[in-house]
Amino acid sequence: MMRIPVLRWGEAYESLETDPVVHFETGEKLAEVSLANGGLIQRDMRKAQRARDLLREHSPYELLDKIKKAAKLYMEATLPLGDGTQTPDEFVRYQSATTGLPEHMCRANMEKNHFVLTHMDEVLDALTRGLDLEILSAGHGLEKRGVPLSYQAQTPVLGLVLPSNSPGVHTLWLPVIPLQIGLVFKPGPQEPWTPYRMTEAFFQAGIPREAISIYPGLGDIGAAVLASCPRSLIFGGTPTVERYRNDPRVQPHGPGFSKILIGDDVVDEWEKYFDVMVDSILVNSGRSCISCSGIWASRNTEEIADALARRLGPITPLPPDDPESALAAFTVPGVAEAISGEIDQHLSEPGAEEVTVRHRGDSTDRLVKRERCDYLRPTIIHCESGQKWLANKEYMFPFASVVRCPQEQMIDAIGSTLVGTAITEDDGFRRRLLDAVNIDRLNLGPVPTIRLNWLQPHEGNIIDFLFRNRAYQEA
Amino acid sequence: MVPEARLRDAKKTLDEHVREIVRWHFDAETGTPFWLDFAKKLDFDPRKDVRAFEDLRKFPLFEDEWLRGGPVRRWVPRAFRERPIFVFETGGTTGIPKSRVAIDDFRIDYELFSETLPDECFPKGSNWLMLGPSGPRRLRLAVEHLAQFRGGICFCVDLDPRWVIKLIERGWTEHLEAYKNHVIDQAVTVLRAGHDIKCLFATPKLLEALALRLEEQGTTLRKAGIQGIFSGGTEFTPQWTRFAVEELLDGVYITPTYGNTLMGLAASKPVTPDDGYKITYYAPQPRAVIEVVDADGGQNVVGYGETGRVRLTTLTKEFFVPGFLERDEGEREPPHETYPWDGVSGVRPFRKLKSSTTVGVY
Repeated sequence: MMRIPVLRWGEAYESLETDPVVHFETGEKLAEVSLANGGLIQRDMRKAQRARDLLREHSPYELLDKIKKAAKLYMEATLPLGDGTQTPDEFVRYQSATTGLPEHMCRANMEKNHFVLTHMDEVLDALTRGLDLEILSAGHGLEKRGVPLSYQAQTPVLGLVLPSNSPGVHTLWLPVIPLQIGLVFKPGPQEPWTPYRMTEAFFQAGIPREAISIYPGLGDIGAAVLASCPRSLIFGGTPTVERYRNDPRVQPHGPGFSKILIGDDVVDEWEKYFDVMVDSILVNSGRSCISCSGIWASRNTEEIADALARRLGPITPLPPDDPESALAAFTVPGVAEAISGEIDQHLSEPGAEEVTVRHRGDSTDRLVKRERCDYLRPTIIHCESGQKWLANKEYMFPFASVVRCPQEQMIDAIGSTLVGTAITEDDGFRRRLLDAVNIDRLNLGPVPTIRLNWLQPHEGNIIDFLFRNRAYQEA
Repeated sequence: MVPEARLRDAKKTLDEHVREIVRWHFDAETGTPFWLDFAKKLDFDPRKDVRAFEDLRKFPLFEDEWLRGGPVRRWVPRAFRERPIFVFETGGTTGIPKSRVAIDDFRIDYELFSETLPDECFPKGSNWLMLGPSGPRRLRLAVEHLAQFRGGICFCVDLDPRWVIKLIERGWTEHLEAYKNHVIDQAVTVLRAGHDIKCLFATPKLLEALALRLEEQGTTLRKAGIQGIFSGGTEFTPQWTRFAVEELLDGVYITPTYGNTLMGLAASKPVTPDDGYKITYYAPQPRAVIEVVDADGGQNVVGYGETGRVRLTTLTKEFFVPGFLERDEGEREPPHETYPWDGVSGVRPFRKLKSSTTVGVY
């Protein structure tokens, strides 16, 4: 068992309070993580400007080189972790053991992070729409076409209140260091691994230690990070998003309510798009905000639901190291049971039917209880209209509602949608989809919702969040 | 190790005190209407059958519901019915509050606590600042009396914990921040107004906010003239105490306490880095007794070092509470040289109630 300290601007601090991180199947204590206290963060944040000042001693392009070195280290090296070390394989095993994600999914997330780090120059080029990073660094400069530009950083550091259940979110903060802005993490209790490993890879690659802090802790620590950092990202459920919706200091990331919309022109050929639907629901065990939670069409919905249920219904939990394992475990007691209970409660509503129950084989139960964790088996609901309670829900497992809805009502009825894959050749419908402000990321055509293009902004452009485009003149 | 004779003396004193207090509350002349009425339902006679502290186990567990709602005079001992009566409420939760009547207990409790304060850190005759809830709670009057008892004058800044709980539950973080700043603004203003304040009472959260504000302004509590801090009201953790001592207080002495309206004030034995900033509280026996009992039944004391729920017994002529299960848990600690009876360390919200309790509000 290793001891993992708080990291205060790169310096290890062993707290008198610790939190065990345990293996979800065996109960083995894998690590003891020091817990910060809120006042400690507030005090440390007085030195936040130093993080940016030290990063500005390196040009953004030097930092990009270091980031690429860090990518290799993150992927391949044995790196220090607390009072021990960690190999890449250990990283995968530990992450799987505490988050419940199967190991092959952890490895896939690792590769995703590696891809973003190694392609960071292209990612930043896309996110900044081709801006010379020196303009962000200096605060002003001339664009290629000779137009003067000025950008002002709104914060010396970015605060991150991270979740436990989805290691994929880390790609969102990876571009921050080359922008010469420091990082302040509050890791999820079950997923301290990525922030610590990535930070150590950064340090080994030459990023100044004083640029990064990690404060494990409970809810008060998240609140202290948000209160102390002028800009923060937070990950949570709908209440979290609602709470911070109008706070310019905070960019909340919640459920995505991502969906596939099938146009009337192609809905009779739905079988052609079946694999896109399956992948969108199942990949990453349905745990991402970009996982599909709704398939909307005006007809054939019973057939679509039944086909999805036939394919997904038989899937059962497998050991985390099984390469075929498709389901992530729920490692926090009671969560899976509560979700399953909520679904059952709303299935009593006429017009909403669980279809997977017919295709689960011997055991029709959605909830699979184990000694130290629970699983939820894939669940497909058929809803006769978009008004049903289950028509627009999202859960952290392969769950989707197939919703019957006339095409002309569809865009309004789907509500807020992070990723909308619309399969249609209907020009009028495509035009209205392009104009729909409730769809954040639009895929036209059979693109799985789960497929990201790293050269596109994801749920809010980090550049717009961290920098203000302003007027600047020099005599 | 505390000598056996001291432990025996303390136990003898406690048993004598128990007999006196039980006789008082169950006597037709002096007794408390609630207990006199309650005695009719008992299958024993408290005046005869309670000879030692252990005999208080004959009473059923004290239910906190008995303290909610009126008539509050049923709690006033007949011997005191002509005296001016205070009524204090507990905690920050909303709904019908638990009330307790008081006459002089809050003064006596704090006079006893005064004896535990080192004079070099809390100089006699110096003025105090009290930063915490007043309103229907006894804290303001008690701290003010402590200051007066030590020859000083107390300046007070109020904080309403029930409003703070509402702000937290509604997620009104901006309002919460604004309210905290409003409280700290007043404290800083008083500290800077030339009142020669050397002693401070504050809850841990307000103390932290005050120290951080002073630091923002380029000064510290010590530079502002504070020499001693008495803190309590909400949970103290060793890590917070370490942070306060190492980074926040600029060398000012701090003493953690544990108490509430029902009990007197439990002082802590000295908190040191060598001991990992472990905080152990000892009740002001024989006026109050703290036991650490099994979490399920609440009747059996756990072994030393073991975890259990805090069970409180209050034994004063004004107020008798046998076996009240607190909303806290902790570890049972052996007697200390200064306090030759059991203590409790690691006090924190009782885990079975934790989800339904908003803590740490002031």
